[in-house]
Amino acid sequence: MVKMLARAGSGHPGGSLGMADIFTALYFGGFVRHDPKDPLWAGRDRVVLSNGHICPILYAVLAERGFFPPQWLDDLRKIDAHLQGHPAMNKTPGVELSTGSLGHGVCGALGMALALHADGKSNRVYALLGDGELQEGLPWEAFMASAHYKADNFCIIIDRNDAQIDGRTVDVMNIDPLDAKLRAFGFHTLTIDGHDFGQIFSALNEAAATRGKPTAIIANTVMGKGVGFMEKDGYKWHGKTPNAEQAAVALKDLGA
Amino acid sequence: MRATRDAFGKALLELGAEMPEVVALTADLGGSVKTDDFAKKYPSRFFQMGIAEANMVDVAAGMSTAGKIPFATTFAMFGTGRAWESVRNTVGYPGLNVKVACTHSGLSVGEDGASHQALEDVAIMRVIPGMTVVVPADYASAFAATKAVAKHKGPVYLRLGRPKVKDVYKDGEPFQIGKAKILREGKDVAIVANGPCVAFAIEAAETLAKEGISAAVADFHTVKPLDTDTLVKLATTCRAVVTAEEHNVIGGLGGAVAEALAGLKPTPMRFVGTQDTFGESGDPELLWKKYGIDAAGILKAVREVLKAG
Repeated sequence: MVKMLARAGSGHPGGSLGMADIFTALYFGGFVRHDPKDPLWAGRDRVVLSNGHICPILYAVLAERGFFPPQWLDDLRKIDAHLQGHPAMNKTPGVELSTGSLGHGVCGALGMALALHADGKSNRVYALLGDGELQEGLPWEAFMASAHYKADNFCIIIDRNDAQIDGRTVDVMNIDPLDAKLRAFGFHTLTIDGHDFGQIFSALNEAAATRGKPTAIIANTVMGKGVGFMEKDGYKWHGKTPNAEQAAVALKDLGA
Repeated sequence: MRATRDAFGKALLELGAEMPEVVALTADLGGSVKTDDFAKKYPSRFFQMGIAEANMVDVAAGMSTAGKIPFATTFAMFGTGRAWESVRNTVGYPGLNVKVACTHSGLSVGEDGASHQALEDVAIMRVIPGMTVVVPADYASAFAATKAVAKHKGPVYLRLGRPKVKDVYKDGEPFQIGKAKILREGKDVAIVANGPCVAFAIEAAETLAKEGISAAVADFHTVKPLDTDTLVKLATTCRAVVTAEEHNVIGGLGGAVAEALAGLKPTPMRFVGTQDTFGESGDPELLWKKYGIDAAGILKAVREVLKAG
């Protein structure tokens, strides 16, 4: 993913690295049923990346799972490429919905959940959101509706890294107290360390076992996780890509 | 005199039996947009989304990826204005099979006034790549259009009205998306209209005939994709074209026709519609008259363009 972004020369490394553990749990921990040979398999669970700008991690995971050849990663954000700067469902197998404009993806994910729920299907729908994204009004419309419809097949995972383009979330536009707000909106709400696999697994299991209401998992994450200089500078690595030299250091940090 | 929104409600109810994938969503306006009968008969396929139109349209998009054919319904102001970016990014960009079906379009919302009178909706829907935009003239065509829209694959904006409007067609009239209907042949001027203006165009043509002016009348119910074959045929037969719509003259049917003719068959034109202004409260008929959206407005435009041309 670091190589992909360094090659692309633009993109969002911080949030992508910060959500790597969650994505690993979802796609390699058995939580998201999927078939790379049949991306539109009716029995699949859905993952919608509402904070579409961290798609490099989604692409890396989809490539690793075999949805498309890993060579595609080389052309991220390039003209005529399969991998767009924000997820595009008609260009990339495994991308469930075109997202990127903040606030919309979670609503679309809810639509999937409501349709599947109404049909009595067991498919689960996960919507991943950024914490800064919650400054939009739109997600709260979807939150209200998801509890109203008792969409217990619906789970939102919030990437709580307290960072956005212009600074710390608490400074730009405070969203706290987030857990109380989500509870008030009708979610079964869990707060976890988004880099602790034990906590991630148990939260996802708890979400799957919860009946009668949707689940919100607030995942406390570190932007640029695993790369020393990114972790240190926090939000500055939201939308800046490493140069070749920095990428080499990053890869060393990550043990790649 | 019957309302296009009533035709929509009746067609939607029938679609409930005909197409099990059809679902309906509304944003606290079920009674007004006529989804109530469908909701009563098919409660598990009806989704009340509250006063949250942008979410409703995104939710409809998500549902379509799970095989549903969602009709997202509200007033034109909110379904196309408030929810524009949902329509653009979540429905239009991926080309999802969502039907944005809006009632209460145009001045004829009436007494609620300018804040609720969508006069820009056709323009802002038409500009989205891949959108189909349908504006039926009357009850019979709105009924048939709703059925056609459900069967059409891809995003559609269906524009409906609040008041009862004059019947142009008999019930059972066939409807084909993208194929304009020539209702009257003529050789001097072609009146290209949609929505309630089709009836006004017929009325105007009858008056013109008495004056020895031969006016063709065509119902361009589909603004996009525009039936350019019929349009060029009309522009070739006639010396001038007048468009008539219950919409701003900028960006709607008039704009679409002008864009097409500019490239294919440059023809003198005039545009009937609101002249780049907002509306106001009032009785729909009186509003149409005041803003020149009626037979008299069309006659004025025809005389002008024939005199100039």
